[in-house]
Amino acid sequence: MAITDIKTFAHLSASDIEALGQELDTIRRDVEHSLGERDARYIRRTIAAQRILEAAGRATLFASKKRWAWLTGTALLSVAKIIENMELGHNVSHGQWDWMNDPEIHSTTWEWDMTGSSAQWKAAHNYSHHMYTNILDMDDDLGFGILRMTRDEEWKPINLVQPAANLVLAALFEWGIALHDLAATKEQMGVPQSQLFPPRHILTEPNKAFWRKAGKQVAKDFVIYPALTGPAWKSTLKANATANLVRNLWAYAVIFCGHFPDGAEKFTEEQFENETQGEWYLRQMLGSANFDAGPAMAFMSGNLSYQIEHHLFPDLPSNRYAEVSVKVRELCDKYDLPYTTGSLGKQYLLAFRTIHKLALPDQWLKRTSDDAPETSSERKFAGISLPAWNGGEWLAEHNASEWLAEHNASEWLAEHQPTWGLDPVTGERRGLRSALQEAKVALKEKAEHEKQVLREAKAALREKALTEKALLTEKANRKGWFSRTLRRNL
Amino acid sequence: MASKSGGFSVRGLREWLEAPVAEGGNAGRTPLDALRGAAARITTPLLPDDYLHLVNPLWSARELRGRIVEVRKETADSATLVIKPGWGFDFKFAPGQYIGIGVLVEGRWHWRSYSLTCPPDWTGDATNKGRRLISIAVKAMPEGFLSSHIVSGVPEGTIVRLAAPQGGFVLPDPAPSKVLFLTAGSGITPVMAMLRTMDRRDAVPDVLHVHSARTPDDVMFGDELRELHDRRPGFTAHLHLTGENGKFALADLDTVCPDWRERETWACGPLPMLDEIEKHWAAAGIGDRLHVERFEIERNATAEGGTVTFAKAGRTAEVDGATTLLQAGESAGVQMPFGCRMGICQTCVVTVTGGHVRDLRNGKEHRAGDKIQTCISAAAGDCTLEV
Repeated sequence: MAITDIKTFAHLSASDIEALGQELDTIRRDVEHSLGERDARYIRRTIAAQRILEAAGRATLFASKKRWAWLTGTALLSVAKIIENMELGHNVSHGQWDWMNDPEIHSTTWEWDMTGSSAQWKAAHNYSHHMYTNILDMDDDLGFGILRMTRDEEWKPINLVQPAANLVLAALFEWGIALHDLAATKEQMGVPQSQLFPPRHILTEPNKAFWRKAGKQVAKDFVIYPALTGPAWKSTLKANATANLVRNLWAYAVIFCGHFPDGAEKFTEEQFENETQGEWYLRQMLGSANFDAGPAMAFMSGNLSYQIEHHLFPDLPSNRYAEVSVKVRELCDKYDLPYTTGSLGKQYLLAFRTIHKLALPDQWLKRTSDDAPETSSERKFAGISLPAWNGGEWLAEHNASEWLAEHNASEWLAEHQPTWGLDPVTGERRGLRSALQEAKVALKEKAEHEKQVLREAKAALREKALTEKALLTEKANRKGWFSRTLRRNL
Repeated sequence: MASKSGGFSVRGLREWLEAPVAEGGNAGRTPLDALRGAAARITTPLLPDDYLHLVNPLWSARELRGRIVEVRKETADSATLVIKPGWGFDFKFAPGQYIGIGVLVEGRWHWRSYSLTCPPDWTGDATNKGRRLISIAVKAMPEGFLSSHIVSGVPEGTIVRLAAPQGGFVLPDPAPSKVLFLTAGSGITPVMAMLRTMDRRDAVPDVLHVHSARTPDDVMFGDELRELHDRRPGFTAHLHLTGENGKFALADLDTVCPDWRERETWACGPLPMLDEIEKHWAAAGIGDRLHVERFEIERNATAEGGTVTFAKAGRTAEVDGATTLLQAGESAGVQMPFGCRMGICQTCVVTVTGGHVRDLRNGKEHRAGDKIQTCISAAAGDCTLEV
């Protein structure tokens, strides 16, 4: 049932996590102190490049009846929309560039080229998602309320259509996000969800803001621009729809690769209660996933290929995430923590697998939410690197259950499992990364063992069957002899 | 939008066309608003200006901008900046008002307020004749980061941001028949705009200007004052050099300007001087004849500083007792509401939701629930602001 105690899960003591938090604070301060003209030039140039690409794309589409123009214009517009969405809209709205004091490049004034309004997105994303990252029932971005992305959530029959819902979400991602943000805004404002009766529940302020923005966006891409290009209206319309689709698919892929590959852990509300700043950092590290990207792909993803760094420091300028990631990796090595990353294809396939697997009810799934690929908990290590606290022999032997009731497991770990944690001689640390390795081996061994047992049982059964068969044949033969003898004597 | 009667009106159509720029821009109206508004429907959520200012930085009324066209040394430590404003700037300000100016230094925009020194609708002089311009004068303050930067190094051609002219320290039109100006140091700048306006309107009444400066070399606009003194019979410039004679004593007014009680007076200079003048005028029972501009904040070092939390922005800043909450917020990247930055316009007012805040001008303490001006308040221990 997801992680309830991040210290135990991470095999780190409270003071370790405190120290980790301070090291991350230092990384943050170093970046903040070195921000200057170089960074400002980066964002100004990115904005200029995006505007030029968009203008060029729109202009090219005036000739969109010609195939080359359609392809070029659509490509330019798609790239422009992706940059606007990822590197500009997302990051500026995070306040990554607020330090510049530029009123036009500021989180309070930026409006992005998406159907949802920046204000509603900020409410849902900057607050709910980044504060409560991956906490069950608190972070609504866990599956966006549409997909079951962890078996911590109860299966419902509707989840059977999840594979189809996934495709729809990917294609219409901006609408999914917009509606998701609208709902979150209403919840935060205490505005009732829309109902036909009484009608005032439809004409709420968030609803009006939503339709104002969405209306403008739809009018621009699907009415005004096609109309402007006159005889080419049909091909322009197709081009605009394609560019929006491309942007949606890419944004969807980036988000899913950042949050749903195996290794991006989930947490319970118990963990969130009394969470320290260090634990918050750790939750962000363990809850996110990166994907490998060169400079070009990183740029096109809004540097969200560095999702871990983004979640640690959501308001540091994105152009610094690459250098931050080097330091974060060093910390992961130092504290023996996993740094979840992989190729874009691999990370997406892992998320894709989870979407399809979790469409099925739990009884069809082999693993539980303590040791599944998409979610696990400290119980995964029970009897391996942690005490087996489900009435296991180990516990009884060491009389640890009473102790555990009063103390937390990481303190217990420090005292009773000296092979874990910092080695006083070598200075090396054995922590979560090693524990995951051992758990993996142990699970494999367990599986192997089960298979072996099964094989043996099967063999035994087969043998038994054979013996019985032989017996029967013998019996039949004997019977034959008997009947033959009988017949002869008759 | 159609008019109320349900019919169709030109004005209604115009308003409908201009709607997107009205909601998206910060500047005043421009002659092209209808066109910009129409174009905004295809550039939504941006304005056409967001594309146009890539071509020319001044082609934007989303934010007021300007280009420095001339930097003219006035004294060793002061300079006049002649600025060509971009779209949407209102040239019909009142003489004596100030503008906000934002200058980019090392990637960060720094905002300050300076008095306009030119008359309204000024069309430049000498090299810039015939262009619609504005000018401000800046004196480098010993610890003033931005004023030093501007006076010593801002190159011509630099793009700056502007905030619309504001302030109530203004000369009425027509000017009163008897005027007294009392200025010291850079306090002369708003009065310069008033003098130039009267001169341009060819309507210089009986004006006596008492200006204090340390040495003759420290007098800003010295040549111009002398020239005006010679050319305009109604204008008398009285220069008081504090380096030789010490501070100007208000008791001397009776000799320098025996009829000061009858004059409408504008005073601008350091705070102690203004306090003294206010007392003097109040004692004479003519406080209503006096206009003062407090452009300098006297910083009491009694506030002890602390951690300021900006609740909505989710940011914090460690500050000392002399840093204003506005500066603290801006250095932490919080979009703070601001106006004059000198405690007179009330634009920057926010609510304190926790802790204590001290007013730097009078040392008065504010507590949670009070609304305070961030530009003249500092943290008195840890505090939280609702911004």
